[in-house]
Amino acid sequence: MTTAIELAGLGRAYGERVALRDVTLTLEAGRTLVVFGPNGAGKSTLLRILATLLRPTAGTVRVLGCALPREAWRARGRIGLLGHDPMLYRELSARQNLRYHARLHGVAPERVDELLDAVGLGARADDPVSTYSRGMVQRAAAARAVLHDPELLLLDEPRANLDPAAAAALEPLLAGPPQRPRTRVVTSHDPAGGLAEADVALGLRAGRPALLAPAAEVTVDEIGALYR
Amino acid sequence: MRVLAALLRKELRLELRTLESVPGMILFGVTIFVVFHFGLDRASVEGDLAAGILVVTILFAGMLGLNRLYVADEEQGGFDGFLLAPVDRTWLFVAKAGALFAYLVALELVAVPAFALLLLEPGLGQALPELLLVLALLNAGFAIIAALVGAIAVRTRARDLLGPLIALPLLIPVVIGAARLLEPLLREGGAGGLDATWLAILGLYDLVFGLLSIAVFDPLLED
Amino acid sequence: MHGKGLRGLSVATIVVLVGAFAIAAFYAPLDADQGFRQKIFYLHVPLAIVSLVGFIVGGLLAVQHLRSRASIWDLRSYVAIHISLILGVAVLVTGAIWAKTSWGVWWLWDEPTLVSFLIVFLLYATYTPMRFAIEDPERQARYASVFAIAGGAFVPICFGAVRAQEQEVHPQTFGSGELPGPMWLTFLVSLAGMALLFATLYRFEIETKLTRGRLRALRRRLLDDDAPVQRRSAAPTI
Repeated sequence: MTTAIELAGLGRAYGERVALRDVTLTLEAGRTLVVFGPNGAGKSTLLRILATLLRPTAGTVRVLGCALPREAWRARGRIGLLGHDPMLYRELSARQNLRYHARLHGVAPERVDELLDAVGLGARADDPVSTYSRGMVQRAAAARAVLHDPELLLLDEPRANLDPAAAAALEPLLAGPPQRPRTRVVTSHDPAGGLAEADVALGLRAGRPALLAPAAEVTVDEIGALYR
Repeated sequence: MRVLAALLRKELRLELRTLESVPGMILFGVTIFVVFHFGLDRASVEGDLAAGILVVTILFAGMLGLNRLYVADEEQGGFDGFLLAPVDRTWLFVAKAGALFAYLVALELVAVPAFALLLLEPGLGQALPELLLVLALLNAGFAIIAALVGAIAVRTRARDLLGPLIALPLLIPVVIGAARLLEPLLREGGAGGLDATWLAILGLYDLVFGLLSIAVFDPLLED
Repeated sequence: MHGKGLRGLSVATIVVLVGAFAIAAFYAPLDADQGFRQKIFYLHVPLAIVSLVGFIVGGLLAVQHLRSRASIWDLRSYVAIHISLILGVAVLVTGAIWAKTSWGVWWLWDEPTLVSFLIVFLLYATYTPMRFAIEDPERQARYASVFAIAGGAFVPICFGAVRAQEQEVHPQTFGSGELPGPMWLTFLVSLAGMALLFATLYRFEIETKLTRGRLRALRRRLLDDDAPVQRRSAAPTI
């Protein structure tokens, strides 16, 4: 087993406001880390650091064997991010958006059509994203996040705008092929559902890790306590 | 080059879809000519006055383009989407400057004939190739400064104010150079030639700020 | 221990500046055309030179900031530009006074140095508002550094372009080489005084900001998370 993520004393401050501090953990490749915590606990900050979009202000980060931020350029293109922001241009269609990202990542255009069908957008793929429902936007964004078949997938509340059926339909795409499952970091507000898919659970409270354990050893109540 | 083509295609497609920049720039430019007509109370202009009006009009109309240049990327996650891709960040600067250059050309395709029609006494025919060369250098200078300053301004509050405020002083050498070069071209009764010194200054300015912008652009994209 | 040498620097500044003004007033010969009014030259020109050099130094310090990402370099760059901007106001005022006394007008577009200085000043006048308009201090520092580098490179280019324009109209005959010896000496002493003034103000502001930063850090450590977060500011926080 190789190590996908290695954090030691990771911290991030915005001036004097500390968003994240003292996060130390390792995650094996192919495992899923679920991050729990109330809004503002630092979940999105953690994801943005792992995505190489944000420089840490303390500690060290290794993602996919690359030390951030120095070797970020080597990790980029192997990481997918599905955040609150769909990162789609509203005036362009889903197909145009995905084609654009495919060109940036050097992915064949056929993969775009394939993915659009897989997320059930085939029929509406040529309409502007601004005409989509929130669920459709989320599906298009999920297709964008896995377009380049990333080894590490970062998901910020991926099911927020999805009905259960759509969420289930996306699952194989986000999980990756069974023989080579993706490493995933997922943020969640749903203790039971989150624990069910987690290998490792991390609880954040005001930027500090309040809980870090294998998911099997964590109870739903312990997660619930983070929000109190 | 694959990346540059992808970025440029996205830029132009977005502009074609939204028409947020170019039509506004054109309308603004033609309106400024009308404003100059009444402000100066002149039916026709030539020489240095004509050169000044043309350069100032392109500059001010271009400011609309500067203000819109990065707004879609800032508001719709385009920066993050680009940063996640394993590509050189400099391409974004080149693509933005290229897109703005294209918008300025579109503006001038309408505004310059309109200028000839509404205000310019000597007509454009007498030194058209030289005129196009000077406009190209002016556009390049504007596009470079705007692509740099726009990236700074878009992530500030009050970006529509800061963009032009920072860009205008930086553009003054371009204004001086372009106006000096255009003056003999727009003179009544036969165009004069291009001044090699001013051509060199304008070209050098474009080159120096182009390289400088590329050197300092990357830090603007990080979060 | 901080602020070491600040006292000596301050004293040296006062001595050299007062000395410079004294020899400008009593030793330097009266100008043939302009008489006593020309003496403002010993105030205006050194101020302008020091201010412009300060802008360029601010750009070089910003290069260091982007390389190292250490906020101390951003602070240094900020302070250099900040003081240059303040001196810049004095440059424009003394320049206008000089223009009024020598040529009878408050402003002269034919004077390329004055015009270039105005353009540079207008550019840097947006530096502080730009900083203030960016909330995240880290991003503020980065953007300010990009601004400072572009601005620093712009200073000589702007002077070159404006001077080239003016030379077409009427060539400059007043070159520094034609200055008589005593005038030169007075000018150099004034320049040294202004440079010392800049250095003193620079050191003073840096030390103030650093001390304030340390005070805040101590208070934060005492009060932990209860310490108030600093209000948004255009100045770098250390």
